[in-house]
Amino acid sequence: MNELGFPIISLVTFFPIFGALILMFIDKEAKDTLRGTAMVFAMIEFFISLPIIFAFQSGTADMQFVERYTWIKSAGLSYYIGLDGISLWIFMLTTFLTPICVLCSWNYIQKRVKEFMICLLLLETAMLGALVSLDLILFYIFWELMLIPMYFLIGVWGGDNRIYAAVKFFIYTAAGSVFMLLSIFFLYYYNHKVTGVYTFDLLELYKLNIPVSTQFWLCLTFFVSFAIKVPMFPLHTWLPDAHVQAPTAGSVILAGVLLKMGTYGFMRFAIPLFPYASHQFTPVIATLAVIGIIYGALVALIQPDMKKLVAYSSVSHLGYVMLGIFAFNMQGVEGGLYQMLNHGISTGALFLIVGMLYERRHTRMIKDFGGIAKVMPVYATFFMIMTLSSIAVPGTNGFVGEFMILVGAFRSIPMHAVFATSGAILGALYMLWMYQRVMFQPLDKEENKVLKDLNAREIVTLLPLAILVFVMGFFPGYFINKMDASCQHFLKNYNQQVAMYEQQVEDGSAAKLAAVMSDNNLEKKID
Amino acid sequence: MLDFVVPALNLKAILPQLILALTALTVLLVDVFAKGKGKTSLGALSLAGVVAALITLMLSRGSHESAYAGMLMADGFGFFITLIVCIVTFLTILASINYERICPDIKAGEFYCLMLFAAFGMSFMGNAGNLIMIFVALETMSISIYVLAGFKTSDAKSIESALKYFLLGAFASGFLLFGFALVYGAAGTLDIVKLGAFFTANPDSLHHPMVLGGMALMTVGFGFKVAMFPFHMWTPDVYEGAPTVVTGFMATGVKAAAFAALVRVFFVGFAPLQADWTTIMWVAALLTMTIGNLVAISQTNIKRMLAYSSIAHAGYLLVGFVVGTELARSGMLFYLLAYAFANIGAFAVISAMGKDGEEYTELNDFSGAGFKYPFLGLMMSIFIFSMAGIPPAAGFMGKFFIFSEAIKSGYIWLAIFGVINSVISLYYYLGVIVRMYFKEPEREITIMAPAGTMIAALSIAAFAVLQMGIFPSYIWDLARESVKMIM
Repeated sequence: MNELGFPIISLVTFFPIFGALILMFIDKEAKDTLRGTAMVFAMIEFFISLPIIFAFQSGTADMQFVERYTWIKSAGLSYYIGLDGISLWIFMLTTFLTPICVLCSWNYIQKRVKEFMICLLLLETAMLGALVSLDLILFYIFWELMLIPMYFLIGVWGGDNRIYAAVKFFIYTAAGSVFMLLSIFFLYYYNHKVTGVYTFDLLELYKLNIPVSTQFWLCLTFFVSFAIKVPMFPLHTWLPDAHVQAPTAGSVILAGVLLKMGTYGFMRFAIPLFPYASHQFTPVIATLAVIGIIYGALVALIQPDMKKLVAYSSVSHLGYVMLGIFAFNMQGVEGGLYQMLNHGISTGALFLIVGMLYERRHTRMIKDFGGIAKVMPVYATFFMIMTLSSIAVPGTNGFVGEFMILVGAFRSIPMHAVFATSGAILGALYMLWMYQRVMFQPLDKEENKVLKDLNAREIVTLLPLAILVFVMGFFPGYFINKMDASCQHFLKNYNQQVAMYEQQVEDGSAAKLAAVMSDNNLEKKID
Repeated sequence: MLDFVVPALNLKAILPQLILALTALTVLLVDVFAKGKGKTSLGALSLAGVVAALITLMLSRGSHESAYAGMLMADGFGFFITLIVCIVTFLTILASINYERICPDIKAGEFYCLMLFAAFGMSFMGNAGNLIMIFVALETMSISIYVLAGFKTSDAKSIESALKYFLLGAFASGFLLFGFALVYGAAGTLDIVKLGAFFTANPDSLHHPMVLGGMALMTVGFGFKVAMFPFHMWTPDVYEGAPTVVTGFMATGVKAAAFAALVRVFFVGFAPLQADWTTIMWVAALLTMTIGNLVAISQTNIKRMLAYSSIAHAGYLLVGFVVGTELARSGMLFYLLAYAFANIGAFAVISAMGKDGEEYTELNDFSGAGFKYPFLGLMMSIFIFSMAGIPPAAGFMGKFFIFSEAIKSGYIWLAIFGVINSVISLYYYLGVIVRMYFKEPEREITIMAPAGTMIAALSIAAFAVLQMGIFPSYIWDLARESVKMIM
């Protein structure tokens, strides 16, 4: 069946649902029991997912731990899951972040603890499922399923404007993905026309040779759907609302994993399915990524609200990831993948840190603080580590990712890289400036003088993340090594396919050429 | 010289329907003679009848015969429609036993009796092989439903709803019958299979004004019953006024039966004319779903909102109708069943929101209900997500089958409009969830604790919704088999 001779991925994916079911039978007033049980399940989940790292073969680009069962035979649907170097670390990040989310909600969530924990665990299953699905409809189901628990997390436990944020989040994302669904149907139909087989098998659909004009439209729907999730400028407007209104755990999951679904989607689905269209889109995407980097940083700079600042910094960071992927070389793609993990860790941690301060003071406004480092030294240390990681100081994980992305980008799209670099400076500016205003300066507010430093639970929450910042900063090889084969495969396929399509375009008959020309005109109009 | 052969009395072909009718009569009799305690068992008696019908139906699976000189088609298609009807009736009766306590008006044997007769008519609409048979079945169903809609005699809205439905319904029936007459005049037969054969044999008669006029009038008649734009105007008023359990019954059973007749008449009888009616139906499908969804957004009463949503669902079903391939029709059947479970469930939840003759059907009455009544809230969420087409609920699979087939057959724009509509509909569906879970109650509302039967009905519906969403294979294969076996 697979390397471990055991359906390990299914187990890891669906184990949280089992936990959620158990939680349903616990009295809703027994809050500590609920928290404890959720924590135990999240921890077990993390530990049973660990063997995947060790059993993972880094030398091959094939899907590993594959499980495949027929689901609806007549419609060509199958339960087909597996992991490769692209999804492995994001998968692990998800199981790693969930216990942290349970921990950070320990005191923050006081009402409806039971429902909260159930949502959190269901969300974990949906995210893991989306990461391992190799059948397009299976993927789509998990992809949509992620919306429901997140919608509740924001809508029930969020801030004052939570309903607006929750509905906006849901409709934005769903609106993007329904068109992707239509494109999936079209691929399915097209595949049948060409090969005579009805299938949603992603790896089979990779092999399709789709006419350039059709590819353009299909690719567009996938791009829009994933770009909303990333989120890329100008489709990012739901993100600050969602982040600010969501409870801390929601923000951590949102930043840590949900946004990665967008960038992951580009790498797993959009680009390999439509290589030539992706190639044509590259200037657009790269430009939008750079705009996102600079725009996100500039807007972050002027935010009075710490959480909103971190939210906009996400827009900026995800811009780097997109830039890396669309550099289409080893450094860029691996850097992009690595930066996804970094962003999950550092931004996740920053949301935790902001949340901890909010729990104490019930405000997130920068102007309400100052001199906090004097009363909360441990807190200040963690905050500093995460700030440095976020601005990519050498020795932290952020440096490795950002460096690789910029190197990659300089090799293929140098002008974009130049502008992106300015984003790094802006990044240092807004993060350090916030740090300075919150942590240093005179401790002049009475309420701030009595703030308690982090307690043991909070330290336990942050410590694993802080350790990872350095581990990933000093030993990136271990992580990148496991991505190598898959990224190489990804690029090799991409280059081959683009060359093939270009050949097709050149060799095409006059009519075919005319068709392509009109496509290009069309694209220009859209640009 | 008249060649008249008395058709063989084939009881086996109509056994499920026969059981429904006999149960209805028994209920009526028991109601007359039973006193006090006996009356409370009427619901149980009706349930037993429906279950018996369901069992005989399942045993007859795979039957493929025409009985009573072509009047009746005991085929796979009829089987599936009867299955939907039996399930709908079963769940409605289960929910009604609870509803009796909230709305005492309906506490009468006639209620169950009429419901069973309506089911009898619906089932025959799915099985009818002759236009006259369709009309008779339709009237049996409709007249029962008219009365059921007005059953809350103490409520003017209910009476209004019955009268409106009756008057407009009578007109629609008139159109339908006139259409039948014109077609008979042109083709000389009312038998649906023979109609198809006639048109194939005489292609020059296809565009005879009488045929086209007849088809147009029939579209009006059926369009009224399925709530197709522009014949949908009655839906919100009738759905709002009727007793809530009856609304659920109407929204699902009547729709399934009317779609069944529509499919059989148009795909068997008028198959050679497909190119002509496809264009009209394309526009009708688009307008039906769009108008339904757009107007639903501004509703404040949940029953009215679901009425408009049911119009939108008729639009999605019409997409399957326009696409018209075998798989698309299977998709319609699957969708009808998925829709039936979710809608019956949702209306059952609404019917549980009340006490002592008072019902809470304003959307704002649902504020905070999700946490106050966790079971009802969870059930409602499942049904709402299914109607919105969010996986893993059945509604997603229904849309999946219909829209993927639409793309495959080249109706790309219709599919695009379909998914745009799904997104629009998200707004008002999410509104229910927002009120149930994200808002605090606006006024103090207490409801009666739902009876065991209600809990059972909701659990069955919710289980089915999830089952059809996650493991759709069984029902999907059944639907495909059914459509293949249309005679």
